[in-house]
Amino acid sequence: MKSLFTTIAFPVETELRKEYRTKNGVGQTIWKKIRFFRPDYKFVRNEGISEIFVSGLNVHIKNNHILKDVNLTIPDKKITCIIGPSGCGKTTLLKTLNRLTDSVEGVKITGKILVNGEDIINSGTEITRIRRKMGLISQRPCPLPMSIFDNVAYGCRIHGIRNRRKLRMIVKHYLNAAGLWEEVKDRLRTPAVRLSIGQQQRLCLARSLAVEPQFILADEATSALDPISSKTIEELFVKLKQNYSIVMVTHTLRQALRIADHVIFMYMGEIIETGSAEEVFNRPQHELTKKYLSGAFS
Amino acid sequence: MYFVSVNMKFKFIEEKIFRILMIAATLTVFAFVISIIYTIVAKGWSAMSWDMVSKLPGGGFYIGKEGGFLNAIVGSLYIVGASATLGLMISIPVVFYLNVYLKKRSKMAYIARMAYDVLFGIPSIVYGSFGFTIMIYFGLRTSLLGGIIVVTLLIIPIFIRSMDEVARRFPRDILDTAYSLGATRFETIGVVIRQIAPGIATATLLSVGRAIGDAASVMFTAGYTDSIPTSLSQPAATLPLAVFFQLSSPIKEVQDRAYAAALVLTLIVLILSISGRFITNRFSKNKLQ
Repeated sequence: MKSLFTTIAFPVETELRKEYRTKNGVGQTIWKKIRFFRPDYKFVRNEGISEIFVSGLNVHIKNNHILKDVNLTIPDKKITCIIGPSGCGKTTLLKTLNRLTDSVEGVKITGKILVNGEDIINSGTEITRIRRKMGLISQRPCPLPMSIFDNVAYGCRIHGIRNRRKLRMIVKHYLNAAGLWEEVKDRLRTPAVRLSIGQQQRLCLARSLAVEPQFILADEATSALDPISSKTIEELFVKLKQNYSIVMVTHTLRQALRIADHVIFMYMGEIIETGSAEEVFNRPQHELTKKYLSGAFS
Repeated sequence: MYFVSVNMKFKFIEEKIFRILMIAATLTVFAFVISIIYTIVAKGWSAMSWDMVSKLPGGGFYIGKEGGFLNAIVGSLYIVGASATLGLMISIPVVFYLNVYLKKRSKMAYIARMAYDVLFGIPSIVYGSFGFTIMIYFGLRTSLLGGIIVVTLLIIPIFIRSMDEVARRFPRDILDTAYSLGATRFETIGVVIRQIAPGIATATLLSVGRAIGDAASVMFTAGYTDSIPTSLSQPAATLPLAVFFQLSSPIKEVQDRAYAAALVLTLIVLILSISGRFITNRFSKNKLQ
């Protein structure tokens, strides 16, 4: 695999450095302006196939059987919505996909998860490489305790990019992708916690995108946000799906109706029904699905 | 109706009494601070001069002749600076390991924390005599190095305990976020340190405050001398010991100089805590609430 960062088609900058004199006459070098050949942001097409197959997955935490014999497919470059009542294992499923369950005490996972054909559970896979392929967006936005710039640059830094010029380009690129650049471009050095909660969520999205994932795992990413911010996030997801396979856990059926291409309905740790959104929402096969969709329980 | 009104009155009086008691307790502490500062200023001010803090003790310094206690100031700063640095270098890895690598209910973490609590409670004279025994065993004389090592031992439990208090409340979401970006456990150290930075600053402040004022641990290990140490193997003077030796002198001028030394000691601690508070505020601006 070619280094993901070299594949980004970053345009060449024309004007990088300038010597500016501050008012008190001290010469200072500042990165004043980075101009791109390409005037506005465009996605760099991700040509690779990104799919996840899960078969016979069982997750036990201590004595609780959380996921029971889960089989599913996350299709390439589609929005997959996982719906179901609370406590049915949606979040656990999502966290198992990038093995964040490792830090939970007493967890036991059996089964197979193939991410692009690579088994991430049984073999001694280098888990950080798998995690990097999957951007995680949690329910409550969780900015790292750093400035806005460092938040987006953090992932790149731990993967070895030190060049400031390059970092700046990456940060700008992905803040643009998350629709945040215009709002924060003048205060990149302020702490990320000062942003509003909707902005923080978009910052988290930009931070996840900055490590060049192939999947986006969103765990009820809009449930803590106000309607306008969640609409922005939804729109972003629809835009991003041309490039990333998106897995979304959601509590709001309306949201699933609006943006899902593929739906997985879970109940009590089991997968009850999967299929394209149109099939599941219009012609549900299973009795439980019908009940859930009609609002008999939630 | 009657009962209710009596009850209300009682509650009102109760509230008032306890408020007065709380105010009294707060004022008592404040009075302590004022009286301590008043005592050392009143007694030490007459002996205080620029010579005191800028000159080494002269020939007859301890019988009231000319000189100053620069040796003690420099020695104290040497010991405290070196042991705070060493202490940070040892305790940050410990705190990181306890909180990131070990699970919440791990036996090892429990035992380790208990051990640090025991160390925390050991009086400094015990550290001093322990250090002295070790130094005799290795055939070392009282030296700056011995003082630094023992003071480091003394402040490590303070460092670890106060940092651990902060690190245990560390939001796990932050770790999960860093992991999901592909960080290994070790690479999360940058995030962890930034999040607990205010805790580190407070811990440093506490331990420096304790280290600079501690006489018992340096008495046998760093010794006392009239010159500024130029190598690690030379003995070093410290401010608390300067206070101790001068205060036990029968001559009044020398006793006043002890108060002057105490004044300098207090001023150093005061400056450290004010700057520490300032630095803490600066560090906590990025902190996730």
